[in-house]
Amino acid sequence: MSEPGRISIELTVNGEAHRGEVEPRTTLADFLREELRLTGTHVGCEDGFCGACTVHLDGASARSCLLYAVQAAGREVRTVESLAGPDGELHPLQEAFRRNHGLQCGFCTPGMLMSALELVESRAGGDPPDEGEIRAAIAGNICRCTGYQGIVEAISEALDDRAGTAE
Amino acid sequence: MKSAAFAYHAPAAVGEAAALLAAHGERARVLAGGQSLVPLMHRRIERPEHLVDLNRVAGLDRLEAGPEGLRIGATARQRQVESDPAVAARWPLLAEAIAEVAHPAIRNRGTVVGSLCNADPSAELPSAALALEGTIVAAGADGEREIPLADFFTGPGETALSRSELALELRLPAPPPRTGSAWLELARRGGDLPVAGVAAVVSLDADGRCERVRLVCANAAPVPLDCRFQAEALLGAAVDEEGAAAVGAAVAAAAGPVDDYQGSAVERRRVLAVLVRRALLLAAERAGGRS
Repeated sequence: MSEPGRISIELTVNGEAHRGEVEPRTTLADFLREELRLTGTHVGCEDGFCGACTVHLDGASARSCLLYAVQAAGREVRTVESLAGPDGELHPLQEAFRRNHGLQCGFCTPGMLMSALELVESRAGGDPPDEGEIRAAIAGNICRCTGYQGIVEAISEALDDRAGTAE
Repeated sequence: MKSAAFAYHAPAAVGEAAALLAAHGERARVLAGGQSLVPLMHRRIERPEHLVDLNRVAGLDRLEAGPEGLRIGATARQRQVESDPAVAARWPLLAEAIAEVAHPAIRNRGTVVGSLCNADPSAELPSAALALEGTIVAAGADGEREIPLADFFTGPGETALSRSELALELRLPAPPPRTGSAWLELARRGGDLPVAGVAAVVSLDADGRCERVRLVCANAAPVPLDCRFQAEALLGAAVDEEGAAAVGAAVAAAAGPVDDYQGSAVERRRVLAVLVRRALLLAAERAGGRS
């Protein structure tokens, strides 16, 4: 595996085992989109700035454009496709985005959802974060429609709902 | 853009990684968090023929706080360090500085040691780690050596590491009693690299007089600017507004900041004077509060 050829990788994506052959320079984002056809993960800047390609690697949010697919070998990747149920029923976070007009063109939405998901899951059962913490959690996700208000309201509502369920 | 083609190596041990670097030298780069290197590779500013990924080396993600100090391994993530209770209690400057680095998803991958090796003079962690008197442990084909951070940063993006060496860990000594610290910065937007930043560490004696002080400024020179000489004017007396302001003025005069789209050199000197004054006062206040 030391020559610039293709490398076999095995990884788990959204709970399913996958296998692939990649060039070392193939990003995880491109592997997900082009090999696995999981096109929910969007590629914006390919430079780490925009956050549209955010996925979870071993449970922590990460830019899939700044990871080579070979780095994900043996690891667990979670993408936006994991959120909705098998019959298409929306995840509570997605529901909240819909109710609060948390998306306009939708390009940034997968990254916004995955960043918000990390916040929601890290706060399960704890104190709900204030607006500043919500904004900090998504500060690395750029919405070119500038629809941040609805996004923050959606995340806030999802967190409130969670707190309600926990009681 | 996409990175140019490279050969990928995922060594399982430090010796193997060092041997790869010894064999490939200038043609190899080390991958830890990749949050600075990979964008440069995508833009083809960096085109290594060999990429040596440290993430499969067992134990390099260590984060150990003991009586002698803190050890942060080469692949310990910024987020892991930032949220560690021992770091928050004993090296709060580090946690405070990391919190200003980019955004959560970047800090989940980015490493403290990698940020030091990247040696961006405007970044938070080189200045903060220098103020905490850190030492880098480096490994090469001939074994390990220790490089104090005071000798580590040699220019923008340049360090004392040779191309056949890798940084294994950062060591920070335990701070003396009655020590307080502060990281303050001005950035255009949260998460951006600072226009200017200041790390201050103040230790007081039992009577509240300044006994020891460390001051390092980010984005004030081609390397993290060690301002200990200016700050030592505070020794032997309580840190007050007037004394801290005088140090701020001295630092602003000594600094050689750049002129760029984020701020002019004139503006940066003004910002430095204010940040230095505030950081010294805050560090001294915190030193008193926890005695």
